Amino acid sequence: MAKREKSVMYVEEPEIGFWEATFVPAIVEGLRTTMKHLVSRETVTEQYPEQKPDLPLHYRGVHRLNRDEKDRVKCVACMLCATACPAHCITIEAAPAPKDWPDRDKFPQTFELDELRCIYCGMCEEACPVDAIELTHIYDLTGQTRDELLYTKDKLLNVFDKTRDNPRDPVRTGRGVLGPASEFQALPTLGPATQVATSDRSAKIGTAGVIESGTGNVTDGGARS
Amino acid sequence: MSELLITLLTIGLVVAAIPGVCNYLILLERKMAAWMQDRVGPNRVGPYGLFQPLADGLKLLLKEEVIPKHVDRTLFVLAPMISVFTTILALAVVPFGPVEDAPSWLRFIIAPGIDIGLVFIFAITSLAVYGIILGGWSSNNKYSALGSMRASAQVVSYEIPLGMSVVGIALLSGTLNLENILTQQAQGGILAWNIWVQPLACLLFFTSSLAEANRLPFDLAECEQELVGGWHTEYSALKWALFFLGEYTHVITISFLTSIVFFGGWHFPGIAEPDSAYMFAWLVKLLVLLTKVFICILLIMMLRWTIPRFRFDQLMELAWKVMIPLGLVNVVMVMFVQQFQLSRLWLVAGSVSIFAAWGFLSATAKRAHLSGGKKRPATHTTGHGHGAHAAGHGAGGH
Repeated sequence: MAKREKSVMYVEEPEIGFWEATFVPAIVEGLRTTMKHLVSRETVTEQYPEQKPDLPLHYRGVHRLNRDEKDRVKCVACMLCATACPAHCITIEAAPAPKDWPDRDKFPQTFELDELRCIYCGMCEEACPVDAIELTHIYDLTGQTRDELLYTKDKLLNVFDKTRDNPRDPVRTGRGVLGPASEFQALPTLGPATQVATSDRSAKIGTAGVIESGTGNVTDGGARS
Repeated sequence: MSELLITLLTIGLVVAAIPGVCNYLILLERKMAAWMQDRVGPNRVGPYGLFQPLADGLKLLLKEEVIPKHVDRTLFVLAPMISVFTTILALAVVPFGPVEDAPSWLRFIIAPGIDIGLVFIFAITSLAVYGIILGGWSSNNKYSALGSMRASAQVVSYEIPLGMSVVGIALLSGTLNLENILTQQAQGGILAWNIWVQPLACLLFFTSSLAEANRLPFDLAECEQELVGGWHTEYSALKWALFFLGEYTHVITISFLTSIVFFGGWHFPGIAEPDSAYMFAWLVKLLVLLTKVFICILLIMMLRWTIPRFRFDQLMELAWKVMIPLGLVNVVMVMFVQQFQLSRLWLVAGSVSIFAAWGFLSATAKRAHLSGGKKRPATHTTGHGHGAHAAGHGAGGH
């Protein structure tokens, strides 16, 4: 109890003087403030449909699926966005990449994103290893049916075509290039996320996700050729 | 032209003008509110939003009128009618122009020569609270009931200072007839305006009229943050509009009364004197009066966005501990001056000193309350008395 008393700070109510008790200075001051605003014609209002809002560059609106320099979809159907999505609004069906796409194994056969379900948190963008999915500045998304707002791969690529040259929507990284993950010749070893005993086999693996037999070279991991 | 025809014409004019005027006052209030908050305000319907009142009126007319199942139908329908009826009826004895100089085909007062004018107005406008009480009670809704309870307590309390504040005027003028009060001020010139001899009464009158009309900062009856909509929660469409028509008519009445009783009505030195004989003198006088009224309405609207709403106990405190005693003392002062045939200058000095004494008293009372009722541990003020501590804080705070 004693300790508590010490930690309590008592704030004195400011003393009321003669003028405060008459309310007059307060009312005069208040009227002066309102009058000041009344005569100054500055407004903070945006006349919305005519005057578009000036959105910050990090605004998160409708998604787009980026294209690479050959106008192919950048997405490699790794499912990281679908996994990261807290609203479960992304559905991807992966298929083996066509033979003339040597830089990847898979590509999305279908890519569906339910814009009504999305909470625009940007986790998919964070998760994407090849910078394929990005959120644009488009905020006035409307539709007459739910199906209209179920964005397919075509629609998402269309959004990219519409916004690729908009200065508000720069292709944020590696424009035209598939992305950092596609440039790996060999999969880098990430190493175990937690400390493990050196005798553990996960400490000895050479490549992530692949558990080799025998000795693994841990220190070699992460090198990009 | 016969008296009857003129009366009917005047009634028709007033009743037709009020809804339109109220509508545009609402637009003005919205615009003012917007400007004070650095917004634009309604600007979509017509140039500068000037047709907004028409659109609103049309909407309110065509909207579905919901009468909930659980209400007391008769009273529910009756309440808004009472609200409008009483406030418009109060306007009947208010001269809204120069009554003596009116053109032959018009009269600037519906009921001329009513000797109990002021009493009539107060009697009728306080009936308006029946509209609120019945509306709140018949809605059969707790929030509405609470709102109407507050309204009734408030109106009953503020009735007293309101009546008290004009008793002084009645004593000084020797009449309750509004036209006579106006004429007396006009004949005496600008120094005869009642504001000079009764400034305190003017303050009391204006404040308690705001409370009577349930305007901010006294709109506890419909305070949205606590009571949803207050007494009009269950009302919709035209019935809701009628309540607000009543409120705005009340504001207009207040403004007319303040201008007429305290600010000389249509009189203005040099422009509108009682012996002004030029053409259309009546029009000039009418415009002078309307300008005064308009300024008063603007002030009411500005106060709305300047002073925050009172808490209910503060509201009651203001009425019973401040305004009623002040009103009483003011009346006694006027009686004193009249009885002993003193100079009216004493009234000015008296009003100022009463106001000052009240400020001093409440400051002292507040100080005593602050230092007397304290039950705080002295651990944090070791070595200092409470008084010294409080004084130090007070000095630092200013």
